[in-house]
Amino acid sequence: MGKWFKSGSPWIWMTGGAVSISLIAVLGLLLLIAWRGLSYFWPADVYQWELQDQQGNKSTLIGEIYDREEVPTERLISAGHKFNQHPGEFVTRYLVKTGNREFVGLDFRWILATDIVSRSTPADVAKFERTKNGNFYGYPIAVIEDGQRLALEGGALETSLIDHINRAVDISDDALALQKSDIGSINYEIERLRLKERKYELENSLTAERKAEIEAAIAKLNQDYLVLEKSLFALRDDAARDSVIIRDMRGEEVTLKLDSILDVNYVNHMSFIGKIGHWFTGLGRFVSHDPREANTEGGVFPAIFGTVFMVMLMAVIVTPFGVVAAIYLHEYAKKGPITKMIRIAVINLAGVPSIVYGVFGLGFFVYMLGGSLDQLFYPEALPAPTFGSPGVIWSALTLAILTLPVVIVSTEEGLSRIPSAVRQGSLALGATKAETLWRIVIPMASPAIMTGLILAVARAAGEVAPLMLVGVVKLAPTLPIDMNFPFVHLERKFMHLGFHIYDVGFQSPNVEAARPLVYATSFLLVSVIVALNLTAISVRNHLREKFRSLEH
Amino acid sequence: MISIQRSNMQTETVDLANLPAQDTALEIRNLDLRYGDKQALFDVSMKIPKKQVTAFIGPSGCGKSTLLRCINRMNDLVDTCKIDGEILLHGQNIYDKKVDVAALRRNVGMVFQRPNPFPKSIYENVVYGLRLQGLNNRRELDEAAERSLRGAAIWDEVKDRLHDNAFGLSGGQQQRLVIARAIAIEPEVLLLDEPTSALDPISTLTIEELITELKEKYTVVIVTHNMQQAARVSDQTAFMYMGELVEYGDTNTIFTTPKKRKTEDYITGRYG
Repeated sequence: MGKWFKSGSPWIWMTGGAVSISLIAVLGLLLLIAWRGLSYFWPADVYQWELQDQQGNKSTLIGEIYDREEVPTERLISAGHKFNQHPGEFVTRYLVKTGNREFVGLDFRWILATDIVSRSTPADVAKFERTKNGNFYGYPIAVIEDGQRLALEGGALETSLIDHINRAVDISDDALALQKSDIGSINYEIERLRLKERKYELENSLTAERKAEIEAAIAKLNQDYLVLEKSLFALRDDAARDSVIIRDMRGEEVTLKLDSILDVNYVNHMSFIGKIGHWFTGLGRFVSHDPREANTEGGVFPAIFGTVFMVMLMAVIVTPFGVVAAIYLHEYAKKGPITKMIRIAVINLAGVPSIVYGVFGLGFFVYMLGGSLDQLFYPEALPAPTFGSPGVIWSALTLAILTLPVVIVSTEEGLSRIPSAVRQGSLALGATKAETLWRIVIPMASPAIMTGLILAVARAAGEVAPLMLVGVVKLAPTLPIDMNFPFVHLERKFMHLGFHIYDVGFQSPNVEAARPLVYATSFLLVSVIVALNLTAISVRNHLREKFRSLEH
Repeated sequence: MISIQRSNMQTETVDLANLPAQDTALEIRNLDLRYGDKQALFDVSMKIPKKQVTAFIGPSGCGKSTLLRCINRMNDLVDTCKIDGEILLHGQNIYDKKVDVAALRRNVGMVFQRPNPFPKSIYENVVYGLRLQGLNNRRELDEAAERSLRGAAIWDEVKDRLHDNAFGLSGGQQQRLVIARAIAIEPEVLLLDEPTSALDPISTLTIEELITELKEKYTVVIVTHNMQQAARVSDQTAFMYMGELVEYGDTNTIFTTPKKRKTEDYITGRYG
């Protein structure tokens, strides 16, 4: 035993064990998030249950199983449940998503296994995804086209229903595009003209001529607006032309307008390949669509866009700044107690809690810097702030300060690794120090700079707390980049995946519906960070390859 | 087995003490150098003749490399270094405040102990000094690169891979590349700081042959540990010991009939 101890094996086992535990923890985390997040898009079977409770009331329930758990019978009894015969120590309880929110009040319901009389998976039950009020489950009975009830049955009904829904969805998409791009541009232009007028007013240079000019422009835009509005309403009416009659689980016939329906699926007779296709479409919609219904439905595209845009903006700000600071510290500053103190301060800056940076960003960037910018350049918009309110530029700047120490430290590391022989070689050829830095030292230190950037991006992309103070919102109506001049709007608020997770998970009106979205969004956030890092790492490896074998 | 052709065997002995100004490349006058409190050079005075090879020899830590690095002011990089005395190049003290150090270094090239190519292509290494001077004409650069690489006796080995990374070359080739880089800017003086100490015997031989060719155009000052090398390649030899210039004179004289006891002891291998 003593010999075994001396051989070093226990040490190897211990260190190896520590590595395995970390590995298992990371993999476990990723697998859990990925599984929970990605299975959300898999079309679950829709069941029909015949229920009979202990008082003998019969009912029918249609929905998807969302969750199941074993509940101690004692607890149910003490909660006021009465059982005709004791069902054993535990009772299985199912959480069922029933949809049809506007008719049944709660769209999630717990049912006890003891109440279930029978369960079936009817082939002709359909799941409707809607723009409002969540899913609807029921049996489609008929399609009404422009007020005419089409007499169709079975497969023909299904095909016709899908065709009609696709038509309505296409028209709704057109209407949305019209509203967002054309009408949005006109509104933006009118607002700009209004600000221009106000600016002239403030400068006391609003002549009658200018006023007339602006008013004429606005009048023309308003006319265009009326025309577009007319076609928008026409499109909307057209989308709402058809409707569908559905028998729901109460046995009542409900008429739904097709403009409120996004998709229909006969989940129970979908083939496996069909399900895979459905899974991919669901995933695609999740990453490419806007959120709906207080973020509990729909996609997260604006959040992905906001996260990536903000992180890139941050990288663009932090890299030159950090590199320049590191070069001064390492190359020019005299070695002494002051340099040492600055270095310690920089390292300690990395340990400051991020929310503190948020407070600083709000006070310094948003109110002071942004406020001053508004006073100087946007007085016509006041009292409404332009840069003086949280926005994507301030978020990027705040995170740039937060990640600055990382970039400085790793750049300095890289600078100190460059052999002095190479610097001297350059100096001996008549290069000045600055020329040596530009032509030799900085290119050779670029892999280390990239390492700093990778660490900075990893830290910044996951940071949420400071952003809540300096620019992130639950729902941003517009992206920071669009087709309206000047195309990049750095003052706008933005959505962020990290904040989205918090918002959907904890601030949502419908917690059960949002839970899988929390996993899916988390998985997406991790993927986005991994993607950003992989890009940076491949750039770094390319640079390393270029400057390889420095030590020979 | 190694027989180095001594082209300078027959050259006349130069009277170093009374060297006329037109034959003097460098004159060092009463040079003292301190690193902080420690004095590394004591009152060194010497004249280095033009277009000849001058070797500095001596035991480790005797100050020969330090003296060499004074000639192109490489010691400026050491914060604690303090220099008194003069080094004259064209009658001008290079330690004068008015002197542009970068211009001085263009005139006094240097090759280091270990090959230190830049992480660039062979071609870019050679034209680095020219690009620094603002030369960007493709044809002129090409010509200068070929001329320098031929001058450093490496052209035939690299002419087909000028745009490959310089790290792909062997140690000896890298050292010749570095010499090519130094002569590309056509300095007057070339300082070689133990240029073969990191190389194998074959590469050493090539470099030694190269040095004898280089003195046709350049004044060469070489620091070496290896006394045989000094005897083979140099015209003048300076023996240094403990920061002092002990003896300086014609190589043949130093190695055959040294005047000082210390020199004789060192050359015969009694210490060092």
